[in-house]
Amino acid sequence: MRRFLRPGHDPVRERLKRDLFQFNKTVEHGFPHQPSALGYSPFLRLMAIGTRSGAIKLYGAPGVEFMGLHEENNTVMQIHFIPDQCQLVTLLDDNSLHLWSLKQHGGTSELREEHRFTLKGPPGSPPSATQVTAVLPHSSREVLYLGTESGNIFVVELPSFRVLEDRTITPEAVLQRIPEDNCNRRSCELVEALREHPKNPDQILIGYSRGLIVLWDLQNNKATHHFLGSQQLENLYWQRDGSKFISCHYDGSYSQWPVSSDNRQAEPLENTVPYGPFPCKAISKIYWQTTKNGLPYIIFQGGMPRASYGDRHSISVIHGSQQTAFDFTSRVIDFFIIFSSDPAAEFDDPSALVVLAEEELVVIDLKSAGWPAVHPPYLASLHCSAITCSHHVSNIPLKLWERIISAGSKQNLHYSSMPWPIDGGTNIAPDPPQRDLLLTGHEDGTVRFWDASGVCLHLLYKLSTVRVFLTDADPNDNMNTLGEDEWPPLRKVGTFDPYSDDPRLGIQKIYLCKYSGYLAVAGTAGQVLVMELNDEDAEHVVDHAEADLLQDQEGYRWKGHEKLKTRDGPVRFEAGFQPFVLVQCQPPAVVTSLALHSEWKLVAFGTSHGFGLFDHQQKRLVFVKCTLHPSDQLALEGPLSRVKSLKKSLRQSFRRIRRSRVSSRKRRGGGGNASEVQEANAKFDQDVLQEMELAPVQRKIEARSAEDSFTGFVRTLYFADTFLRDSSRHCPSLWAGTNGGTVYAFCLRVPPAERRMDEPVRAEQAKEIQLMHRAPVVGILVLDGRSTPLPEPLEVAHDLSKSPDMQGSHQLLVVSEEQFKVFTLPKVSSKLKLKLTALEGCRVRKVTVANFGSCKTDDYSENDLAVLTNLGDIQIISLPFLKLQIRYPCIRKEDVSGIASCVFTKYGQGFYLISPSEFERFSLSTKWLVEPRCIVDMPEVTSNNHVHKSGTENAARNS
Amino acid sequence: EFRRFSLERSKPGKFEEFYGLLQHVHKIPNVDVLVGYTDVHGDLLPINNDDNYHKAVSTANPLLRIFIQRKEDADYSAFGTDTMTRKKNVLSNVLRPDNHKKKPHIVISMPQDFRPVSSIIDVDILPETHRRVRLYKYGTDKPLGFYIRDGSSVRVTPHGLEKVPGIFISRLVPGGLAQSTGLLAVNDEVLEVNGIEVSGKSLDQVTDMMIANSRNLIITVRPANQRNNVVRNSRTSGSSGQSTESSLPSSTPNILGSLLQGEEESDEEDIIIEDSGEPQQIPKAAPASESIESLSQIELLHESTQNGFLPSSEMNLNHSAGSISMEYEVPEPGRKSLEEDGTIITL
Repeated sequence: MRRFLRPGHDPVRERLKRDLFQFNKTVEHGFPHQPSALGYSPFLRLMAIGTRSGAIKLYGAPGVEFMGLHEENNTVMQIHFIPDQCQLVTLLDDNSLHLWSLKQHGGTSELREEHRFTLKGPPGSPPSATQVTAVLPHSSREVLYLGTESGNIFVVELPSFRVLEDRTITPEAVLQRIPEDNCNRRSCELVEALREHPKNPDQILIGYSRGLIVLWDLQNNKATHHFLGSQQLENLYWQRDGSKFISCHYDGSYSQWPVSSDNRQAEPLENTVPYGPFPCKAISKIYWQTTKNGLPYIIFQGGMPRASYGDRHSISVIHGSQQTAFDFTSRVIDFFIIFSSDPAAEFDDPSALVVLAEEELVVIDLKSAGWPAVHPPYLASLHCSAITCSHHVSNIPLKLWERIISAGSKQNLHYSSMPWPIDGGTNIAPDPPQRDLLLTGHEDGTVRFWDASGVCLHLLYKLSTVRVFLTDADPNDNMNTLGEDEWPPLRKVGTFDPYSDDPRLGIQKIYLCKYSGYLAVAGTAGQVLVMELNDEDAEHVVDHAEADLLQDQEGYRWKGHEKLKTRDGPVRFEAGFQPFVLVQCQPPAVVTSLALHSEWKLVAFGTSHGFGLFDHQQKRLVFVKCTLHPSDQLALEGPLSRVKSLKKSLRQSFRRIRRSRVSSRKRRGGGGNASEVQEANAKFDQDVLQEMELAPVQRKIEARSAEDSFTGFVRTLYFADTFLRDSSRHCPSLWAGTNGGTVYAFCLRVPPAERRMDEPVRAEQAKEIQLMHRAPVVGILVLDGRSTPLPEPLEVAHDLSKSPDMQGSHQLLVVSEEQFKVFTLPKVSSKLKLKLTALEGCRVRKVTVANFGSCKTDDYSENDLAVLTNLGDIQIISLPFLKLQIRYPCIRKEDVSGIASCVFTKYGQGFYLISPSEFERFSLSTKWLVEPRCIVDMPEVTSNNHVHKSGTENAARNS
Repeated sequence: EFRRFSLERSKPGKFEEFYGLLQHVHKIPNVDVLVGYTDVHGDLLPINNDDNYHKAVSTANPLLRIFIQRKEDADYSAFGTDTMTRKKNVLSNVLRPDNHKKKPHIVISMPQDFRPVSSIIDVDILPETHRRVRLYKYGTDKPLGFYIRDGSSVRVTPHGLEKVPGIFISRLVPGGLAQSTGLLAVNDEVLEVNGIEVSGKSLDQVTDMMIANSRNLIITVRPANQRNNVVRNSRTSGSSGQSTESSLPSSTPNILGSLLQGEEESDEEDIIIEDSGEPQQIPKAAPASESIESLSQIELLHESTQNGFLPSSEMNLNHSAGSISMEYEVPEPGRKSLEEDGTIITL
């Protein structure tokens, strides 16, 4: 019989499938992992970020995003926009140069790689002869000057990358022009900086690392000026009028040099060590920005006193008497200043400082007093504290949306009101069809609410659960209270803070009811908080209850962490979600499942020991059920990480996140010696690889038995109003599924609304189903008489869903890691099943019901199961007949953290972490697709670029 | 507890009489018991009708060892546990074919006494170099007990010899099911699991497939040692310890067939407990009684022919410490054997 039920090829269904399903990876949200280079085009007002994996990402106005990937997957070392062009050049660590351009295609702009090029020296020359250290795209847009380690400066024609050999500037030619007494051959090694004269495109400034600086006349091929610094050179910067330039040095000093026609060998006007007199670290980059009032902005990276602040990642801004050293929690990759790019303007008038640190992007408003930070609309650091879980809520009612935004805006008062200064390009994507929230739980006990409706993942509101508990570090104790007279004037900026005071605070499960605004969050130490949205600040006592999940089980000893200590007395909460009930599981094991029913005012929670039901209206524990197998000693002993057999994937994902953190920490400690750190990293990776290879690659084949450890681990909880006992009366019920393949069903008696406070909620176990294949139950679902999943609580009350069919017979769908099974209700008999693991060897990791609409007609939609397997495949399985519709490879199967972090939306989209800081968004639906669609206007290129530049730029900005 | 008594070999009488005798000897007149005996191969076989009673008596030389067991807590699986493969042979050898044909209605044993055992299947449809093994895990505490690894094998392809990745058995756990059947060996290449080819699947995938099918695991292997291959069209064992063509109706026409059969048989039904009542299978099926209970042991002594005769009505039960053999496989709690006071009854 089964043979005839095998998926046939019904042409009608096949056509419908094409209208319903389509797989796309649409956009990467968050902050690029391991950024390595930064570029900015004042002309396009676009910013480019390169990463260590060879990706290049362009950002402009919110929604304007482009991404490219170098085939070589090598680290991007430098990014340079070609002046007044939609083109940029990247330099990779394999010394290859790549030309990228933004071209319009089908109404949107696309980023494409046009050419690639590797500089080749004469035969026999050492590789250092052509190792590019500095790149200068000339304003003529025709050539690129490439400074190398050997001191040669090669000239390359654009866009063909043809080397113009006759124009090469050799160290010999440079030395000819310089008096020999203060110079030798070695002073021309390694070109550190190349800078074009701001007024005269025929002159470039060449800085060699040993301190020699030469002003080179391109027309006459000679050095017109030379400047001898005593210190190792780090970088150069021209002042706007071209009369002076600044050099910064390895010893933490910077010098100002005059360029006058009469003086051919100048002495510095000024030589300053800003954080002297004790030895300081190098200043690696410096800006000198003129203003109308005459006081310049001097902005530089580094230069901190070596002994006491050598480990800081700082950028200092000096403006008259104001001086601040912005202190970043991660290494500064690069920074740039947004200033008036109108060449006719007399002054720079800087408006913003944009800093790319290793883990976040920080923008400082230089126009407002106090230099506040600007809230970035994109590139959010998702991992400011490690993400421990995520939860997606589709189609948020406007009311709740506004309340969350208003709560969030009260938290963002310290941000500048400046509009986002990087605003190139135009977002032409249609407005998102609905408001979606992505909630991420973090290791430090916070929950972040992200606007996930569109291309820009934007932080709306941040909720902290720390206040409820007593922790070692008091949250009120501000680490940032540095006195006014403190020197250097460090100021912490940015949000990236990977260090959790107490890992027990970590958020493990989140459930938000979008209709009532009830939020339940559960954490690592068995804490479950129920919260309510309040628009005002409030001070109140959080009701506290304890749920002893072990009950009558005796002789067990919990060897894991202790439960969190609660704060006595009233606690002050800011506007937003405010907890009113705290349930703490005993033993305080991590909460593994959570369900909230906002209509019945019940919250259910499960750990590795059992599950409980709490009435948050009456603030009373309704019941607890111990699911522990008597022989399961492991579950009792302690935190999951100590137990071998616990979900390997979870553990590995955490380890991976940790590892990336460790390596970044190491890098910071290394003090910016990039090559050394890379080596260390490579060695580390190698060690890890070796370790993996040494382990024997063999797998034990063993039948699961009831005695396996962690069978009691509660994987899923589900509330349903269904026919549990007899087919004439339906009643509220709670379903729980465990790791050992057991499903428990409890019949609940919830008093009617008018007596809700007077009568207790009662629960009684009605059913217990043991799946004989004993695979972990990862999903439970009740289908109504029309075979549609039961609506969410309050969904019907808000007229957003048809009321479920309570006439026909209900069905129970149990999803284990290995099989999908449909049972009839109330008499449980097996109806249908789909085996996954037994036939394909893959296991279910995530499963959700998703609604798929047809892209052809508006009136057809259907519910299917979206399933992610341990192989990283996404499968769509029809309801209620459990037939595989389609399968897409999505995540690499080795990427366990990606698979563990995947979350599906109700409308066939999904997110997963591609790095600790980035979510990849994908879509399975033809109808719901969120992807960047944007356009960057190609300016007209005329010979008179200076005048024209500002004109087209304004036009581009206005369009 | 042991009783020793004698019977006349030539006139064993009816099974009912013998059964009554046993009840009398043990002073358990109203207790239903299962009767079994050990045959020459040391297998425990049931006695529940005249034919197998007679057979049992005729095979005794001179001592017939009889086991009785209380019916309600009987361990059906005890019959033939030790050498499950040999049991089949013995049965088919012992029961004369003509006798069997003449009286097909005869209850040979309780249905529960028959169960699938691990075996080689589908010999007639597979290439000689392959072997399809059904590892049937049934109630026994033995682990499946083998490990698999990645490896590569050389295949003949249209493009000549080619190295292709494969999955191999890397280790057998001593005392495990895989080892005890003798049907699988280290370095055997796994080709299929329950009818699904493993090529293109990762080690972890194959592991998960095997574990998901562990209740009725059918794996097709290319044995590393090809010398032990089954000889076609012969009903004899390929090597000792292996049985071919078991009496199971398992020869299936094709792979799909075996897959389907596998599915049906592996469908152990899930269990439901309604309102904290008794666990039941879904859909309804007889409750499985699996508890291992006591075995009470009797030694039935046949006077050897040298001793002449023994009166058929007289049972001579002698105590003979030397002849007691302990066959208890029963765990401690199962010790509450049938209640009896006298240790020896002499008639």
